[in-house]
Amino acid sequence: MTEYHFTTPISEEDARKLKIGDVVYVTGEHVYTARDEAHERALEMFEKGEKPPVDFEGSVVYHVGPVAWQKDGKWVIVSAGPTTSARMELFEDEFLKKYKARIIVGKGGMGKKTLGALQEVGAVYCSYTGGCGALAAKGLKEVRAYEWKDLGMPEALWVITAEEFGPLLVTMDSHGGSLHDEMDKKVASKKADVYAKIGITE
Amino acid sequence: MKDPHQVIHDTTFRLLKKAATELPQEVKRALEVAHERETDEGAKTQLSAILTNLEIAETGVPMCQDTGIMIYYVKVGAKFPFIGEIEDALTKATRKATAEVPLRPNAVNPFVGGNSGDNTGVKIPWINWEIVEGDSLEITAFPKGGGSENVCIVGMLKPGVGLTGVKKLVVDNAMNYMGKACAPNIIGVGIGGGADIAIKIAKQQLLRPLGDQHPEPEVAQIEKELMEAINSTGIGPMGLGGKTTVLGVKVGYAMRHPASLPVGVAVQCWAARQSTAIISKDLEVTYITHPMEGN
Repeated sequence: MTEYHFTTPISEEDARKLKIGDVVYVTGEHVYTARDEAHERALEMFEKGEKPPVDFEGSVVYHVGPVAWQKDGKWVIVSAGPTTSARMELFEDEFLKKYKARIIVGKGGMGKKTLGALQEVGAVYCSYTGGCGALAAKGLKEVRAYEWKDLGMPEALWVITAEEFGPLLVTMDSHGGSLHDEMDKKVASKKADVYAKIGITE
Repeated sequence: MKDPHQVIHDTTFRLLKKAATELPQEVKRALEVAHERETDEGAKTQLSAILTNLEIAETGVPMCQDTGIMIYYVKVGAKFPFIGEIEDALTKATRKATAEVPLRPNAVNPFVGGNSGDNTGVKIPWINWEIVEGDSLEITAFPKGGGSENVCIVGMLKPGVGLTGVKKLVVDNAMNYMGKACAPNIIGVGIGGGADIAIKIAKQQLLRPLGDQHPEPEVAQIEKELMEAINSTGIGPMGLGGKTTVLGVKVGYAMRHPASLPVGVAVQCWAARQSTAIISKDLEVTYITHPMEGN
């Protein structure tokens, strides 16, 4: 396990250094939130040849619907833990190939299509501890813009400056490694023992 | 004379704020014990992040950005004099808490109109009404997050599979969703009644204190077996490996139809938020889960 401190934009070379089990902290201006609807809109814009309001290349895309409020006319992130990334499996491979984000952050892991795209593009998926919204908000220092407001607070595209945002645990890397797949296998191998505890023999 | 609407409203606002920012003591304690017991480095890291997060949240910040869809469990004494005030007071308190805690607006119209922006709308907040004896009102605010809700299930089993089949359904579900529901989880199981009744009973089990055992030994035994079985999967906190997959499994039941064996499985994330208060007929308020300081 190695600990990295990256500043955005993150290069393909840096992203490819990361392996599952590594821990990353991110600082910089290329940190964006995106859930189902923001992914969908970004892909639609690409199809139409339109430019989204931010440049996703080298960025950190965080699966989160934050709680935010306005203080003295400025938006502030109050609580912002990760949402379940599996929902974004529908869009993430295309999104990565088209926009070349380097770190996807969420919880619960993603599937085969995303793992393939991470290898092709040179990017990683990191897990942030689910539910830790108050802790995550500490690393999300400043809201620079609140785009796609029509999608509502959780689904909008929040443009953020991060300072030592982490610890982000690399759970899927650009070398085909997935801690989530490893866990699936581990748990499957224990199934017979687990069943025995509730009186089932197979 | 106090204004009953105002008392119910203000009490509910405090319940919502406390629920969002402070876990009930016993849940926090269970997470601390889990942190001490885990030997796996990864599991310790996850639990330690959760505990640090709870400390920050206690300063008045929602512990999780998913502050849930608004659900209340209300027990109204048949002789409580202000029954007509309750629903409106709960709805208005929900709006105020959304703006002032703040809570994330989580009420979305599935047909038209998108997010209502204030956590209210058609049938939301959802109120589970129960008429009980007496003259007081008990309100539990139970905001429920989406991640753990998405892995709740109802199984309509063949009665022939028996209780072994029931246990298999619960364990298979846990091994299926792994860490997706923000483990360590609390699982509620409801057996019997019908499809709607089983899941309703399952959810009610999540209101029971963590240390509570079912009074009937046969049911308590199944709670224990299920907890041990699921914790032996190695799924662990956030599904990244470890000993603590569930903090508790609670089972409840109703009589079943001879031809049916309905089983509801309700899943709660570690952010097991709930807050309860009792309002007397004289409008005196007692906070149960989150007592006022000095009490």
